[in-house]
Amino acid sequence: MATIIIPTPLRKFTNSTSKLEIKGGSIKEVINELTLNFPELKKNLLDDAGKLRSFVNIFVGNDDIRSLQQENTEVKEDTVISIIPAIAGGI
Amino acid sequence: MQISMVRLSNKSFKVIQFETTTKEAMISDGISTFPNECCGFMFGKEEEGVRSITSITIVNNSKEGDKRRRFEISPMDYIQAERFADDTDLNLLGVYHSHPNHPSVPSEHDRLNAQPYFSYVILSIANGKFVSVQSWRLNDDQQFEEEKIIN
Repeated sequence: MATIIIPTPLRKFTNSTSKLEIKGGSIKEVINELTLNFPELKKNLLDDAGKLRSFVNIFVGNDDIRSLQQENTEVKEDTVISIIPAIAGGI
Repeated sequence: MQISMVRLSNKSFKVIQFETTTKEAMISDGISTFPNECCGFMFGKEEEGVRSITSITIVNNSKEGDKRRRFEISPMDYIQAERFADDTDLNLLGVYHSHPNHPSVPSEHDRLNAQPYFSYVILSIANGKFVSVQSWRLNDDQQFEEEKIIN
């Protein structure tokens, strides 16, 4: 199973767990499995159409899935996936 | 020093305190970055409702465009911050940034981009000089509430 790293702000939705082992052959399958197990995460990760929100970055290792095969990016047993919230603001 | 949750009229307030060096480092970053916005991460511990910031990391404002009005932190800098928290056994408690020539209150842009749980420290820097600092946190209605800074 792949390892998925939950960012600090979203750990309130995963019982304070920072790393999870999740089944799935693609990013889409892993995210679906994750939100099935932790439903409160869903609104933070996916829009009403079930697509990843624009302010959520998903990295496989050090690579943004936008530069890979997006949600169809392959996931292997030793894949480490990071959910990275966009951090921004200003006046 | 034991600090209890501050309560007034039965309402709980969120409380944050800074080690002197961290506050000075944030202010110094805000001044040296002026007229652009500075940004960085804050680390520490939370006990009995009080957040204590013991360490900060200064991060490059990666916003492409007008950095006098906007800041952005790159995903790789975010990953580094989470790793730093793991390595040092501290909690990643929030983000600081400056508002050049504007008050230390969050804008609508700040609110729309804010994450749950994080403390958002805002420094007001006017004409290159420090004016004020305030800290904010989203409530369950996605609105900012001010955290009381106790030092």
